[in-house]
Amino acid sequence: MPSITFKTHDNSATRQVDVPIGTSVMQGAIKNGVDGIIAECGGNCMCATCHVYVDPAWLAKLEPASDTEDAMLESTAAERLPNSRLSCQIKVTAALDGLIVTTPDSQY
Amino acid sequence: MSGVVIVGAGQAGFQVAVSLRAGKFDGPITLIGDEPLLPYNRPPLSKGFLMGKEGEDDLPFRPASFYEDHRVRMLMGRRAVELRRAGRVVILDSGEPVAYDHLVLATGARVRPITSEAMDGLLYLRTVEDAQQCKRLMEPSDSMIAIGAGFIGLEAAAVAVAFGKRVTVVAAEDRPMSRVVSPMVSDRFLTLHRRHGVEVLMDEMVDRIEAGLRVHLKSGKVLEAPLIIAGIGVIPNVELAQTSGLASANGITVDEYLRTSDEAVFAIGDCANLNGLRLESVQTAVDQARCVAAAIVGKARAYNAVPWFWTDQYECKLQIAGVPSNCTQFVARGDSIYGFRADDTLGSVESINRPVDHIQARKLLETKVPLKPSEAADPGFDVKALTRNRPV
Repeated sequence: MPSITFKTHDNSATRQVDVPIGTSVMQGAIKNGVDGIIAECGGNCMCATCHVYVDPAWLAKLEPASDTEDAMLESTAAERLPNSRLSCQIKVTAALDGLIVTTPDSQY
Repeated sequence: MSGVVIVGAGQAGFQVAVSLRAGKFDGPITLIGDEPLLPYNRPPLSKGFLMGKEGEDDLPFRPASFYEDHRVRMLMGRRAVELRRAGRVVILDSGEPVAYDHLVLATGARVRPITSEAMDGLLYLRTVEDAQQCKRLMEPSDSMIAIGAGFIGLEAAAVAVAFGKRVTVVAAEDRPMSRVVSPMVSDRFLTLHRRHGVEVLMDEMVDRIEAGLRVHLKSGKVLEAPLIIAGIGVIPNVELAQTSGLASANGITVDEYLRTSDEAVFAIGDCANLNGLRLESVQTAVDQARCVAAAIVGKARAYNAVPWFWTDQYECKLQIAGVPSNCTQFVARGDSIYGFRADDTLGSVESINRPVDHIQARKLLETKVPLKPSEAADPGFDVKALTRNRPV
């Protein structure tokens, strides 16, 4: 099972969790109770409360954001950066084993 | 310090606990829920869960360890039966008293029964238990009747169609989802369901239901199916508030800070009525929960979030921003319907498979940037430009 690392924005805490292939990075966070991911809409790309910053080294390995995700990213509580993604839209694949993301200081 | 006691462990109650801890509230938090399961996500019950795309393991908001880690005392499968406001204490069904400094009533709503009799095959869809029963009964049935043409009835109908069932929808309203969507959207969804082979009977009142199951309509028609899913609305759970003397009228009455007539007691979500409006939605539950948590940690602000909702039926995702029922004029702009209030201000946008329009609409409504009906109607007008560089 691919392993995904969640870091807090201030680097004060790191959580590494195993996430099944085919599910989303958001689901991996929620099922393991990772702080910093709220996901209030349950993965419908309607709320922007599962915002993460993807480690730049991994960015190119992800499918690009859809128009919907791009529009929703305009509404994140923390600043949108070039490596901003909604974790509910990142599907976990074998190629993402080792993915590192940072949670923002706030989701709302 | 007795801390915060939350009655109701649905989306609203759960979110209060989460937002309190996120807001650095350090006191005791107790969450009381009358279902045995840890707080879970309800919208999939009539969508992906019923469809079999999501399992029971996918529903909980957080694992048990989350509540331990965040020191939330979980009283699941327990019912609060009495509220003694003078002593700031809630009494559980076991007789155990639970004291509070702040009480949040997030008691939700229960299904409105179509008949007082329980009948085999006559089901409702509110809890995970209801949904499991629907799944079990849907499998061997060749046909299904949905009573009510709201989100629940229509979503269940769409799932049954996907499983190859013969489906009839019967409703007393004159058009589908009439309580929440514009006539234009009702028309589109009526056509959608008929195109998928659903027999949709609007303006039909149920006279009685006979075991077996036979539905006798007041018009004299008789419908027959082994399975009925009734989704004719909900009744807000106001009893705990009412018996303790708190004001209620179609929900527990709250002010703009979501306070009841007792300043130590808040009410949020499906059970709360703010300015005559009681909305049943994830967004209301979550945003009101956040607002109350902020008030408890001393950062009170008035609640003024823009409502949004969604429903998934067949290949269509309908997303609604604002409140279409407050609007008097509707303008179609492709697959998004812009609703305007009597004073020509934008009041709602309903989008069908247009998520980008939906997100823009929420910004338009939040920032209150003016948009005229004539502009919305003009396909060449750049709506997106209105909110560009205006983060919500």
